[in-house]
Amino acid sequence: MDYRDLNLTGSSSPHIRSKDGTAHLMGEVMLALLPALAFGVFNFGLKALVNAAVSVVACCAFEWLYRKAMKKNNTVGDLSAAVTGMLIAFVCPVTIPYWILVIGDFFAIVVVKQLFGGIGKNFLNPALAARAFMLSWAGAMTTWAVPRTSVPLWGAADVATGATPMYMLHENNLAGLMEQYSLKDMFIGLIGGSMGEVSALCLILGGLFLLYRKVITWCIPVSYIGTVAVLTFLFPRGNDPVTWMLYNLLGGGLMLGAFFMATDYVTSPVSKRGQAIFGVGCGLITVFIRYFGSYSEGVCYAILLMNLTVWLIDRNIKPARFGVVKAGKSKEKEAAAK
Amino acid sequence: MNFGKQLKEGLLTQNPVLVQLLGMCSTLAITTSITNGIGMGVAVIVILTLSNIFISLLRKIIPNQVRIAAYIVVIAGFVTMVDLLLQAYFQDLAASLGVFIPLIVVNCIILGRAESFASKNGVLASAVDGICQGLGYTAVLLIVSAVRELLGSGKLAGITIFPAEYGASMMILPVGGFLVLGALIALMQWALNKTGKGGK
Repeated sequence: MDYRDLNLTGSSSPHIRSKDGTAHLMGEVMLALLPALAFGVFNFGLKALVNAAVSVVACCAFEWLYRKAMKKNNTVGDLSAAVTGMLIAFVCPVTIPYWILVIGDFFAIVVVKQLFGGIGKNFLNPALAARAFMLSWAGAMTTWAVPRTSVPLWGAADVATGATPMYMLHENNLAGLMEQYSLKDMFIGLIGGSMGEVSALCLILGGLFLLYRKVITWCIPVSYIGTVAVLTFLFPRGNDPVTWMLYNLLGGGLMLGAFFMATDYVTSPVSKRGQAIFGVGCGLITVFIRYFGSYSEGVCYAILLMNLTVWLIDRNIKPARFGVVKAGKSKEKEAAAK
Repeated sequence: MNFGKQLKEGLLTQNPVLVQLLGMCSTLAITTSITNGIGMGVAVIVILTLSNIFISLLRKIIPNQVRIAAYIVVIAGFVTMVDLLLQAYFQDLAASLGVFIPLIVVNCIILGRAESFASKNGVLASAVDGICQGLGYTAVLLIVSAVRELLGSGKLAGITIFPAEYGASMMILPVGGFLVLGALIALMQWALNKTGKGGK
């Protein structure tokens, strides 16, 4: 029998490969975002789903077009653009006109990501940078539909709107907020706000899924949410620190930001200690903006600002290299040997 | 003396803003509308040309040790004249350019051309250099301010192109200046490299 008839493939090692490519990880993130998307549809109607679809398609299209136009290998298949698109839809009000959404997608993919070299090279989280840019249209970006409304697919002029919990906290109106939304509403997500940020429950489920699948580590979410919890508990506005803390944790974009945006691989530190510092910094800035800023919510700017410090953190917090002994320790050892 | 060569250098290969990266502060700050851009550009052309001429005339008298101070005195004189003229005849423009007219005194383009060109060349060549470099600066101001005004407020030189509520107000804010100028510098470097005139 000729060996050539055997169905063998010759190759050099490695022979067993993990399937953890970018596409696989981004697919897991998409999966983790689905509960919150489903809740968005339940809370605000079908337009939530259409927003997400428009945004994902636009992001993928911009990514494909740019890579094609620049004659570079096409990275649209790694799904990172799709995740960015999904997140952009998540951080906008459901009533947002589609054209603003598409401009935001363009800004995220072309300006923030591709102009700096594409995936892995952007120094800001594309979705959050896009949100900051989309505040150009401040009116459209701050029109919040009340919970359990069905926002029409076109034209949102006659949608019932109301203040989000963050606005009421910003005005020190905790009593009014407790009257309007119970803690249970806040946890489940029956509140006004951006399409994907309302349901703390669904976002925590998605975040736990990512932790379980080891897509993200616990460092950033725990240090981020922990810092906000400690600060709001220590410095409550009113006489009830626990309630104040819980409303602060469950309202706004904290859960979405802590689990899905601050943990972005590209724009967060690599070492565990660095990630803890990053998370604490995010928490501090978030609370500072909520307490002292003119905006009622600070998650977006907190993460963007900390994104800018990642190089500094990474440069100063270096994990010990394998086999290298610290200078002080080696001297001690020498002294001991003598 | 080669007017064509100096003009090409001022507008393209040695453009003060896009290649020499001078005068960035005023470029970022005042380019919110085309009117501002033209006003600032003309002011700089006038001051740059006059100060180049005078510094070139005085180049053999000014002692080397105090030359920077002497340049500043000459430049400040012309800036004051232009500032007062603007306030007298173009009050709106003077108000919208604000502090950036007096700040032309410390504009790096003017000091840079005085140091690197006018102090070494004859009067006519220095005058031409002032005009060409000034035109290069004005061209960049025009492009940046046109993009920012159009995208930011839907207007071009005050004429409405599309309703203002569709405009991205971020483009009028400082971030818009950085974005447009950055993109323009990148484009310029790409073009210069493509034609093999990048130098470095």
